[in-house]
Order: sequence, then structure tokens, then C-alpha cells
Amino acid sequence: MELPIATITFYILSIAMVLSAFAVISSRNPVHSVLFLIFCFFNAAGLFVLLGAEYIAMTLVIVYVGAVAVLFLFVVMMLDVDVAQMRAGFLKYLPVGFGVAALLFGELYMVFSALSVTEISSVAPAHAIPEASEVSNTLAIGRILYTDYIYAFQVSGIILLVAMIGAIVLTLREKKRSLKQNINKQLSRKRGDALKLMKVKSGEGAS
Amino acid sequence: MNIALYESIGVTHYLVVAALLFVIGICGIFLNRKNIITLLMSIELMLLAVNINMVVFSVALQDLVGQVFTVFILTVAAAEAAIGLAILVVFFRNVGSIAVEEIGRETHMEAAK
Amino acid sequence: MTLLAQLIVFLPLLAALLVGFMWNRMEHKTAQIVTSGLVSLAAISAWILFIKLSGGAETFTLDLGTWLKSGGFDVRWALRIDMLSSAMMLLVTSVSALVHIYSIGYMEEEPCKPRFMAYLSFFTFFMLMLVTADNLVQLFLGWEGVGLCSYLLIGFWYHKDSANAAAMKAFIVNRVGDFGFALGIFAIYLMFGTVQFDEIFATASSQGDAVINFLGSEYHALTVICILLFIGAMGKSAQLGLHTWLPDAMEGPTPVSALIHAATMVTAGVFLVARMSPLFELSPVALQMVTYVGAATAIFAATIGLVQNDIKRLIAYSTCSQLGYMFFACGVSAYAAGMFHLLTHGFFKALLFLGAGSVIHALHHEQDMRKMGGIARKVPLTCALMWIGSLALAGIPPFAGYYSKDMIIEAAYAAQTTHGMFAFYMGLTAAFLTAFYSWRLLFMTFHGKPRMSKKAYNAAHESPKIMTIPLILLAIGAVFAGAIGYHVLGMVEGDGAFWRGAIFVAEENNVLNRIHDLPKWVPIVPLIVALSGIALAWLFYLKAPSLPEKMADSFKPIYNFLLNKWYFDELYRAVFVRGAIGFGRHFFKFWDKKVIDGLGPNGLAALSGWFALKTGKTQTGFLYHYAFMMLAGLVILISWYLMRGGV
Repeated sequence: MELPIATITFYILSIAMVLSAFAVISSRNPVHSVLFLIFCFFNAAGLFVLLGAEYIAMTLVIVYVGAVAVLFLFVVMMLDVDVAQMRAGFLKYLPVGFGVAALLFGELYMVFSALSVTEISSVAPAHAIPEASEVSNTLAIGRILYTDYIYAFQVSGIILLVAMIGAIVLTLREKKRSLKQNINKQLSRKRGDALKLMKVKSGEGAS
Repeated sequence: MNIALYESIGVTHYLVVAALLFVIGICGIFLNRKNIITLLMSIELMLLAVNINMVVFSVALQDLVGQVFTVFILTVAAAEAAIGLAILVVFFRNVGSIAVEEIGRETHMEAAK
Repeated sequence: MTLLAQLIVFLPLLAALLVGFMWNRMEHKTAQIVTSGLVSLAAISAWILFIKLSGGAETFTLDLGTWLKSGGFDVRWALRIDMLSSAMMLLVTSVSALVHIYSIGYMEEEPCKPRFMAYLSFFTFFMLMLVTADNLVQLFLGWEGVGLCSYLLIGFWYHKDSANAAAMKAFIVNRVGDFGFALGIFAIYLMFGTVQFDEIFATASSQGDAVINFLGSEYHALTVICILLFIGAMGKSAQLGLHTWLPDAMEGPTPVSALIHAATMVTAGVFLVARMSPLFELSPVALQMVTYVGAATAIFAATIGLVQNDIKRLIAYSTCSQLGYMFFACGVSAYAAGMFHLLTHGFFKALLFLGAGSVIHALHHEQDMRKMGGIARKVPLTCALMWIGSLALAGIPPFAGYYSKDMIIEAAYAAQTTHGMFAFYMGLTAAFLTAFYSWRLLFMTFHGKPRMSKKAYNAAHESPKIMTIPLILLAIGAVFAGAIGYHVLGMVEGDGAFWRGAIFVAEENNVLNRIHDLPKWVPIVPLIVALSGIALAWLFYLKAPSLPEKMADSFKPIYNFLLNKWYFDELYRAVFVRGAIGFGRHFFKFWDKKVIDGLGPNGLAALSGWFALKTGKTQTGFLYHYAFMMLAGLVILISWYLMRGGV
């Protein structure tokens, strides 16, 4: 019998992903949490490759893991977060929260299980996925991205710009401590800024 | 021939995985009592789940739009993570800790615990 | 004639309304003059009417309009003027007018005189409505109205707790009777389909053997009806069983007692029985009951009167006893004799009450006879008038009571039935006791040695003319009413010609016909027992004043039994009152306060508060609470969507 590599791979990847996701939220050490998140992302990337969307997979690794998760790690290390104790009350709310989440999952499952791909695939696709042997996934996405979706593409760039500016503005601290010289300020000083003549009565002092 | 789906692994399987991830992310949001970073990471998990959903449907419907959109989601997720972390840093600067209970401490009364 | 009738009935109403609503815009004197004047006018009209009718004028029914009309139930406002009602109107208006005039003097120190006068006039109106009613519903209106006014008047001094309690007692005990009365009216309507007297009496004989089915057993319908009506009469006329309110009613001012508890309201019961005589004649059982109750009351009240020390209470028990006489007269089908006694009794009992009021006024509100004595010289007029009243009461000829009371006792004998003989012997004994306690009153109050302080003795004075003139007028009635009624008007003639059909007596029951055939000793015996009663009283209270005390000591249990009114009040309290009060209290404290208030206003208010508090707790300020709320909301929405088949 031919080994169903795809199936096995899928199960390994997905189980690892789910378990690591669970570990993200339940881990006590926040550094561990971030690392588990990275692992989760990797598994997701693997799943994407399995689906044939390798561009997405790579983007996930580069952007999510390489940038976002590392950023998390930076912050975690910078803020010097302690290994947190389990707060009181966690166990009290656990059953309710879990229950509601399980309910949500149940409903989602109800929806999914009723799906039938043949039904929904009767709609004509806007942009058909071309054969992988002819055009790579990256090229195919690129062809659409820069033509039909150029507007959205630019906007997403602006979003990133705004995010950057926002982050800088939020965390900006006026540095009052440094004694750096401001040449322009020195040169543009006038007599009026430096000197002031006052009439002072004797014995009283200038105030 | 698209090597997207295998007979034994259907759309539903992927969707179930995505749903699980999503639900775990939700649990992480309000079940965590530790710190805000966990909160942000749970949000990332949820976004990841949505991404998986998008890609799966894109492959199932043989439509590239889903994957294009995933790129955008990715972008926004990154931006939001950055801003969230910036807020967190400023918060830490002002409050001194990143325990979840500290949020809204100055504005809300210490309600019934 | 019709004008006269309307004047009689409505002038008192006019007086009551005028003074009742505008009393703070007129002088007290004006209020008194208005009421007394209008009621006196009504009294004069009543005399004219009565004289005209006795002279042979036609009796009539004056229809005034429709009151209730509902399907086949048609009740009209109508004034029925026949001999029975005109005789009653005469009594009511005369006594009422005299009481009004008397009150001007008696209530001199009272701050709220107009209210009193208005109540008196109001009462008079209702009583007149009662006696001139042409149907049972109108009669019931008057019945209830006099009950109401009696409550208002007994409780006139409403800041006194005892007066309030007495007024409530009167009203409530009356209510018990009224319940029976109302049931009787319902039964009559059920049987006859009408409440008009004429229509009822016309078809009465045809219903003679009808039966009523109640809870599976059959009862003689007319007996049931008559017994129910009699229960109402028992309540109103303070017969044995429902008598407990009468002595307590003495909390009211003395003129009230004179008007209501001597002459008018308490006689309404007798009037009712007489008016419904066509029905009663068809029910021998009911008549027997009436006789027994009446005779028992007569003796019962007389025994209690023996030991009473309050002058007004003694006279009240005397009234109760005399009412018993009237009832047992009706019970042996001598309705005419009962009515005759009612009329004469009205005069001399009112005289006695007002005279007692005069004594109380003279001795500055002293009511205990043990503190009186020997004031005959200080209040000679009052003393003489009280003697006249007592002579009339005891039945000494030629005073009024002789004619009427003897007639009753003889009628009881003439009936020759078991209940008649019972009534006869009870009546004789009660006559003896009546004479005894009446003279006890006289001797203790006016004669013998003064038992009050020197200062009080010196301060005793005769009442002003405005009080004594009504007394004199009443005394005239007490003296002559009997003779006039017997000889001149022939009220108790066997053929009943005077009443002209207002009273109906079945042929076989007509005892008044047989009065003249009685053995010789029968008419004399009442006189003998009365005189012996007087003699015994003289012995006890003038000759040997220590004798009563010795008697009381040696017969202490009996004395206490009588003094405590045969322990009726205690019995009722234990059986009825405590249960009712407990019942009421439980319902008030638990059902009303806890259940209804709790579920109603208080509960809703508390619920709002509680709800607000609980809802306020959701504003915790904690992030993850809010996040959870969002999730929960989302889940609920999805569930709802899925359940409605949205998959």
C-alpha cells in the first residue's frame, strides 16, 4: 500500500500546531509562550505548503516568525516579566470559559460539517489558480496583486507606515538628560535672550 | 491537476483545525490572568486561524483571491501587533507591571471581586 | 294630603342636608333652629295626616319615581301612607322634634352642636323612609340608614374610645341581623318575583305551602323567609342574642338614647314584623319563634335591670324588655297590641330617657345611681315627670302603659297555646320586675338620703325650660296616649278596623277578638304584680336600704351573673370576636402586608432595586470580563442563528 504521506504529514502538522497553540496560552513562562507561538507558526506554514500555497507559507515564516514573534520576544525580554503565578480565580472561571469556548467550537463544527465543496465550487472563480507546473504560486499571486489589487496593496503599505509612526509616537520619550549641543540654537541667540537689565533696590536682590 | 486536496483529507479537516486554533485563541484572551502579552499572542493565534481558513477555501474553490487576501491579513496583523506592543511598553512605563488586572485601574472602581 | 306626606318625609332630610353641609357658615343657634323647626313642622304635618286618616281619609301610595330597574326587577321610590305608617310617622316625628328641642338645651356645652342636630335630622329622615317604604328595598334603605345614623350618633364623642367601640359594636351586631334580613329579602324575591308589598301580600296566601330546597332538604318557604326577616328584626330591636349592643349604646348623648333607643330605631323590628304580618300569619313556626324570643328577652332584660347602677343602662334594659313584650304580642298574632304598645312606649320611654338626661344634667354628668338620692326637692318637675313615666311603664291605670301592656299580656293568655302561655307567665314576671326596677330607679335617684357630696347636692338645679317643655309634652302623651288609643281610636279592637288592612291577622289567630271572653282574674293580675313590685321596691330602697346589699351578698353568684349581663358579652367575645379579630389580623399581617404588598408595590420596588444592583455588578472594570461578555454574546447569537435553521 502506498504510504499516504500527505495524510500523515497533515496530521502531524495539525496536531503539533494545536498542541503548541494550547501551550502558548497555558505556559507560565512568557518566553516559552512566544517560542511555542513560533513553533505554531512553523507548523502552519507547513500546512500551507501542503495546500499548495507556498508563497503564503514563506510569508508567514518571514513576517510572522521573523518579525512579529521576534518583536514579542524583544518586548518580553525588555519588560522583564516574571514567571507569573497562576492568579487566583483562574480555576473558578475555567469551567465557564471552557464551556463557552467549547460551545463555539461545536457550532463552528456544525457549520463546517454541513459544507459541501461541490456546491460552492459551482461559482466561477474570480481568478483561477493556474497549474503549478506552469506558473509558481508566487508568480500567480504576484500577477494579481500588482494589477487587480494594486489599490489594496498600496493601502496595506500605508497601514504599515501608520503603524510604524504610531509605534514610534507612542513610545517616544522626550530625552531631557542628554547634553547634546544644538549649534543652530546657539548661533541664533540674540542679546535679548541672554541679557536682561533690571533695576534692583539695594539690599533686596533680584527676584 | 492541482495537488491541493487529497481524498482522505477534506476541506472539513482543515476547517476543524482552524476552528480549534481559533477557539484556543479565544480561550487565551479571557482565561489568561497572567499578562497582556499572552493576550496579544492569543490574538495572533486567532488571526492565524483565519488565515488558514482563507487559504483552505481559496484552494477548495480554486480561486487565488483567498491567498491574496491572506497577504493583507498578514500585513494588518503585523501592524496591529506592533502597535499593541508599543501600547504595552508605554503601559509598562506608566504602571510598572503588565498584569491584566492593572488595566483600567485608574479609571474604574475596584468592582466586586 | 300627598303634600303632607312629602313634607313629613323630606323636611327632615332638608334640615339634615342644610345643616350638614353648611354648618360652618351658620351660627350654632341657627343650625339648631333650622333643624328643630323643620322637624317640628314635619311633626305637625304628621299629626294632621294622622288625624285626617283616623277620621276616615283614604290611605294612599305616593309614587315618586323609579329607583332600580333591571330586567324584571323594578324598585320604585314610593311613600306608602296607611294607618301603620302614619301612626309610626306620628311617633317618629313627634319624639324626634321634641328631642331636637331638648338637645338645644342638653348639648349646650357641646362644641359641635350643628353636627349633632344634622345627624338627628338625618336619622329622622331615614326612619321615616323606613316606615313609609312601599317595597322591601326601600325599607332596607331606611333600615341601613338608621343603622348608620345610630353609629354616627352613638360615636358622636368620637374621641372617647369607649364611644367608638360602642358605635362599632352597634353597627356590627346590627349587621348580623341585617344579613338575615337581606337573605329574607332575597328569598322573597326568589319566591314572589317582586319586592313590592302589595304584590307580595296579594299572592302570599297562594304560596302558603311552598317549599324551598336548600342543600338537599326541603323547608317551608314562608317559615324560612319569616325567620330570616325576624333575625333582622332581632338585630335592630336588640332581642335576646343580638342585644349586646343596646346597653353599650348608652355611650352616646342622652337625647340619642331617647330618640333611637326608646322610640324609633329599636321599634323598627316590631314595625317590620307588623308590616309583614300577612307573611307571618302563614307561618305558625315563625310566630312561635317570635313569641319565644320576645318573651325570653322580656324576662332576660328585666332580670338584668334589677341590678344595674347606671341610670341610662337601666332604662336601656327596660327598653329591651318592653321590646320583648311587643314581639311576643306579634308572636301571638296580636300585632295591633304590639303596635299600640310601641306607640305608647315611645312616649313614656322617651320621657324617661330625657328625664334621666335632665337628672344627669342637674347632677352635672353623674350617671351612677348609687351617687344620687334625695334630690326630689331640688328637681321637682323632673321628679314628677319621671314618676309619670314610670307609672306609665309599670302599667298603672289610667296611664298609657296600662292599656297597651295589659292588652299584650291578656292577648298572650287568650292565645291559649303553649308559647302563648309561656309568654303570659314571662310577661307577668317581667311586669313585676319592671315595676320593681322602675321604682328602684325613682327611689334611688330622687328619694331617700342624698348619697352625693354636699357641693353636688347644692349645685343640683332644675333644667332650663327648653329641656323641660319637651318633657312635659311627652308626659302628656304618656298619660293620655293609652286612653286615646284604646277608647277613642280603637287601636286594639278585635276587628282591626282602625288599621284598615295594614295589619293582617288570620281569622283563627285573632286573639284580640277573644280578649273580652277571658276569665276575670286575667286582666287584674298584671296590676297586682305591678303594685307588688312597687311595694317591694319601697321596702328595699326606702324602708330598709341595707336590704339590697344583704341580698346581693347572700346571693353573690346570682348577683354577679345578673350584673355581668348573663355573661353574654364574654361568651360572644370568646366565641366570635376573638376568632374574627384573629382572622382579620392574620389576613392583614400576612396576606395583605406580606403577600399583596410584597408582590405588589413593595415587592416591585425592591425588585427594581435588586435588579439594578445586580446589573451594576457587571460593570467590573476588568478587561477579561468584558472580553468574555463579548464572546458569550457572540456564541449566543450564533446559537440562535443556527437554531433558526440558518445553516
